[in-house]
Amino acid sequence: MSDHNYTPSSKFGKWFNDRLPLLTLANHLTDYPTPKNLNYWWTFGGILTFCLITQIITGLVLAMHYIAHADLAFSSVEHIMRDVNYGWLIRYIHANGASMFFLAVYIHIFRSLFYGSYKAPREIIWILGIMIYLLMMAAAFMGYVLPWGQMSFWGATVITNLFSAIPLVGESITTWLWGGYSVDNPTLTRFFTLHYLIPFLILGLVVLHIWALHVPGNNNPVGIDIQKPSKDTVPFHPYIVIKDLFALLLFMIVFAFFVFYSPNILGHADNYIEANPLVTPAHIVPEWYLLPFYAILRSIPDKLLGVVAMLSAIFILAALPWLDTSKVRSAVFRPLYKQFYWILVIDVLILGYVGAMPAEGLYLLIARVATAYYFLHFLLILPILGKIEKTTPLPLSITSPVLGGSADLAMAKNTDVRKEKL
Amino acid sequence: MQRIFKILFLLLILNTNFANSISAENSSKLLTTDWSFKGPFGKFDRASLQRGYQVYNEVCASCHSLKYVSYRNLSEKGGPEFSVKEAKAIAASFEITDGPNQDGEMFTRPAKLSDKFVMPYSNEEEAKSANGGAYPPDMSVLVKARAGGADYIYSVLLGYVDPPENIKLDDGVYYNKYMYGNKIKMPKQLSDGLVEYSDGTNATEEQMAKDVTSFLMWTAEPHLEQRHKTGFRAIVYLIILTVLVYFSMKKIWSRVETNV
Repeated sequence: MSDHNYTPSSKFGKWFNDRLPLLTLANHLTDYPTPKNLNYWWTFGGILTFCLITQIITGLVLAMHYIAHADLAFSSVEHIMRDVNYGWLIRYIHANGASMFFLAVYIHIFRSLFYGSYKAPREIIWILGIMIYLLMMAAAFMGYVLPWGQMSFWGATVITNLFSAIPLVGESITTWLWGGYSVDNPTLTRFFTLHYLIPFLILGLVVLHIWALHVPGNNNPVGIDIQKPSKDTVPFHPYIVIKDLFALLLFMIVFAFFVFYSPNILGHADNYIEANPLVTPAHIVPEWYLLPFYAILRSIPDKLLGVVAMLSAIFILAALPWLDTSKVRSAVFRPLYKQFYWILVIDVLILGYVGAMPAEGLYLLIARVATAYYFLHFLLILPILGKIEKTTPLPLSITSPVLGGSADLAMAKNTDVRKEKL
Repeated sequence: MQRIFKILFLLLILNTNFANSISAENSSKLLTTDWSFKGPFGKFDRASLQRGYQVYNEVCASCHSLKYVSYRNLSEKGGPEFSVKEAKAIAASFEITDGPNQDGEMFTRPAKLSDKFVMPYSNEEEAKSANGGAYPPDMSVLVKARAGGADYIYSVLLGYVDPPENIKLDDGVYYNKYMYGNKIKMPKQLSDGLVEYSDGTNATEEQMAKDVTSFLMWTAEPHLEQRHKTGFRAIVYLIILTVLVYFSMKKIWSRVETNV
């Protein structure tokens, strides 16, 4: 924000801004030069902000009515669903909101993978993003435990038991996490506390994520560095604001279909059975957004190595800016990477599918192959690809496409509608 | 633009199928009927809910509780919509234990609208001992607690058939075509003419199964009608707003001539 000279017009504004430069910040945010060729995959940052705020607001209301106690949690949720005014709506928004949040974050992450947004000078943005994603998974997992249904209880049991795989101190750590010798009331109350805390940690990281973004500015579908502000950029307001809003509204329509017409389809029926430590459900499955990692966990026959593999699958992403050796950001100009990108997408979808299936027979075999490929992609394919791949020529600026287009930048402000295909 | 739509839509379908494939564990295809509450404009059939209550009360209630449902719910909008007078009369036909009074004694009194449905057993152990060790589950959210939902409950009620020859059943265990694992400790409950409907509807097995399942769908989702109605309004509102914002966006972006 140091590149910004802004003086408020009013006297009071100036007085205030000299003491706390909020108006400079607001001015920076509205003027922020944004590449004008951003496509709709770039609208998910705004959508994710909306998701976070929705979860926090609905969560606050739910917390006013929810009781974090093993004997009362389930019935307090039913109380919310039946007797609290619009409680059913608030809860369904919150529960489906988690799924929509993950849907959006996966699109956001895979957009980054496609256009190489994690590469220099945006490594810190990327790593902050991975931290947000990790916290999201923790928050979602603990939130799923709170209704204290069968899947809540057994999901919590399975996941917390993973810590017992740690050599020597594993058992003690698990007991410490539980606050007892099994998942019980102390576990529930601490999960509730943490579930309440984490979204605010995420909010803080989001501020850093956006701050870090505003230093180099947005990447763009062409992936080249651009001058800003220039003919290649538009001010954030109104151009990007209105576009983000449009995309957000489309997203909200999808969201509303889930909330109003199939609010329970993404959940598991067993979670409407109150937790019972004496009855184990036939299949214990996490929510859909954790399934790929669940598949990786189960594909390794050894418990400790399974946990290590699962965590590595996430942490490997943080090393991505250094694993990907290609200097070219956007997959548009990387013919080989583009193909491997789509293979990775399919690989992750396959992992998600087998994660939902019983870990046996063919499913287990597929899970193992898919897990191996996942690591292969990051550890072997990406480093080598950057060295051997012959990339196609990059344009000089986003307003001058490399093939055929006129590079007449003066045209950029004209009103005639020249379609630029990038 | 259109590509975005397509991809979003595909993702949606993928997720939905995903959830379905996870929950569809039952091998036999479930029975179904023309549920009035299905679909985005679905509503409950009041008469069916009222008959369903009658079936619940006369057949199920001796073993299965509805602990999250209150008598006042019976007269609320979007449910069976008994009149307040009828709901009061229904409540008053049950005795509940209240107290302690000023002398420190527990006492019984007729139930009021504000009371929850009276439970058939005082605790889980009593329920188990009365039912050969099996606990008759609370039915308040039963429809949502079973994969297959209303179809599943309906199917189980009608799924009592003779077991295949290779299956041996213990005493007090019955064969059910649709039950998870095919073994159920609840004997067949419904038979033609078991209850006498006051509205003259012919009480066939299928009719009773349909009515009581509808009733249980309502106990599980008491605000279903309001949800459908609010959802329709919300989505129409969102679509209109989206169209307006779309044209605003086109107008604003026409200044920089890039295709949005």
